[in-house]
Amino acid sequence: MSKNAPEPSAPVLSDLRPAAAGLRLAIATAALLAALWLFTGWSSAYGLTLASLACLNITLAVSMQLTNGLTGLFSLGHPAFMMVGAYIAAVLGYPVARKSTMLFGLPEPFVSWQMPFGLTLICAAVIVGLIALLIGLVVLRLKGHYLAVATLGLIVIVQGLAINWQGLTRGGSGLSGIPRLTNIWWCAGLMLLVVLMVWRIKFSSIGRAMMATRENQLAAESIGVKTARIKLIAFVLGAVIAGIVGAFMAHLITVVTPRSYGIVLAFNLVAMVVLGGTGSITGAIVAALGITLLGEALKPVEESMGLYGLSQMIVALVLVLVLRFRPAGLFGSGEPAWLLRLIRGRTNG
Amino acid sequence: MSQYLFQQIVNGLSLGSLYALIAIGFSMIYGIVRLINFAHGDLVMIGAFASLAMVQTGLPWPLVAALVLLVGACAGMTIETMIFRPMRSATQVTGFIATLAVSVLIQNGALLLLSGQQRSFQFPAVMRQRVEIGGVSASMTDVTIIVMAVLLIAALLFIVYRTRLGTAMRATSENLLAAQLMGVPVNRTILAAFAIGSGLAAIAGLMWGGKFGQIHPLMGLAPGLKAFIACVIGGVGSISGALLGGYLLGMAEVLFVGLLPPEYASYRDSFVFLLLIVILLIKPSGLFVRHVEERA
Repeated sequence: MSKNAPEPSAPVLSDLRPAAAGLRLAIATAALLAALWLFTGWSSAYGLTLASLACLNITLAVSMQLTNGLTGLFSLGHPAFMMVGAYIAAVLGYPVARKSTMLFGLPEPFVSWQMPFGLTLICAAVIVGLIALLIGLVVLRLKGHYLAVATLGLIVIVQGLAINWQGLTRGGSGLSGIPRLTNIWWCAGLMLLVVLMVWRIKFSSIGRAMMATRENQLAAESIGVKTARIKLIAFVLGAVIAGIVGAFMAHLITVVTPRSYGIVLAFNLVAMVVLGGTGSITGAIVAALGITLLGEALKPVEESMGLYGLSQMIVALVLVLVLRFRPAGLFGSGEPAWLLRLIRGRTNG
Repeated sequence: MSQYLFQQIVNGLSLGSLYALIAIGFSMIYGIVRLINFAHGDLVMIGAFASLAMVQTGLPWPLVAALVLLVGACAGMTIETMIFRPMRSATQVTGFIATLAVSVLIQNGALLLLSGQQRSFQFPAVMRQRVEIGGVSASMTDVTIIVMAVLLIAALLFIVYRTRLGTAMRATSENLLAAQLMGVPVNRTILAAFAIGSGLAAIAGLMWGGKFGQIHPLMGLAPGLKAFIACVIGGVGSISGALLGGYLLGMAEVLFVGLLPPEYASYRDSFVFLLLIVILLIKPSGLFVRHVEERA
């Protein structure tokens, strides 16, 4: 009997005491940053790149959870938006010295000017957001697997543009020699920001409207949820995050090719969402981490034994088994109870 | 008629025949179990590699064609019983994700077994000759593909509209539960639909390899997606729609490449998908279907 007030049966984030939550959050963030600082001191360059990629994959999976998991839009368009973001960042942030020879299709003012990284990020986010808004207005009228295939088409269309727009993208061979402007701190920062944002959204009224839209659109509409607007918000927000991650990727691995943002990536992201549990942020993080590490752990095996495709097969097989025997994924649509307790500071939440 | 235009039409018809053959199976499976089978395109790849293996052992071509039909049917039935049947009660989206996973599984399995190298695939020399039709000539390969496709399609239509199995299929596609209550062996019917559809896809793989001269473990992606688009054009779930959609898509693609300046030719796939999205938005039930009820 620690409190006088009766416990609500399903506490939401809004009823926790802000001060306590803020403190816990601050402590947790500080602990994470400290761990990261230790890690950067200890790890090799390879380990740091791997950790950065894991952060970006987690960011992608969590943003996919917003669009596909919470709102139930089965969109596969993430790689398309990543590709757009990556190319914008790569082209705008390309070294001036090589611009005139590599990017002969670039408009005049950009040829002699290398945009700073922060500005390219903003450009990527804004342009991807506008594109996603236009596409979302049109495509979100489709449901279920029709939406999936239309957004799959989006990947093929953007890939086609990237392959054929030689003057701006250098076609299928891709753009290389992009300056390496991001590091583990940028990637971890982005990840923290996105995870926090999606977490807040999930436990807010918008998040509930999203889940209502997912469960039953007609019922949601009848209690006053503007489902069209909610879907558009989820779609555009997910796309903008994907675009920013694309820009980060370009400046992390310093190469952008059309083939890296294809259907395989879309499949891996879907696998992360489904394995973790549709709508579960914790699940997305765990699954993204698992798939990234699995792929990396199997790389030496694939290369030494010539078994290319092994890790992808394992992911696909696990996905089939999970769909068959545990369709709700690791965590269902929720978050694990101990985590909620930790964040809310309650013993019986 | 000018030779150039005639060549374009023949080319469109032969490409359309391939799309139609693949799309029919796709559409049958969707019509009966409401499953967008993303792995359908990979049966094209399986068919192509199975044919290559059989040709290399020296089997005569007609026998190869018949056996490939069988190989495809077996592969389709295996996938159905092992993966899709246990999931039949799941939602459509779950089913779609499962087929996506199966497709990735097959593709990477093929990459592991066969390596990522392109293999050349040659029809016998006879096929490279040209045949005269009323003053204009067409390649033997294209003519054979068109004729074979028409024969196969006729056989399929006969099965669907003139046999007991076909009646059972149509009943199951109309209403699975009601068909079951009326004594239709639903499981066997679905298995047959998978077998027929996959067999057609596999034999399309044989012809695809012969037409384009090269095969690859990931070659199934393009035909699979194109078949889906052909189905959407004609109305997913309708066999005649898939046929019309396939031929229309083949023609549209050839005209797109043939009529526009060459520098736009490589935008072909982008164009086809744009077409898909536009059709989905304007007439999601397909161009040739008057009314489709919303099914749960």
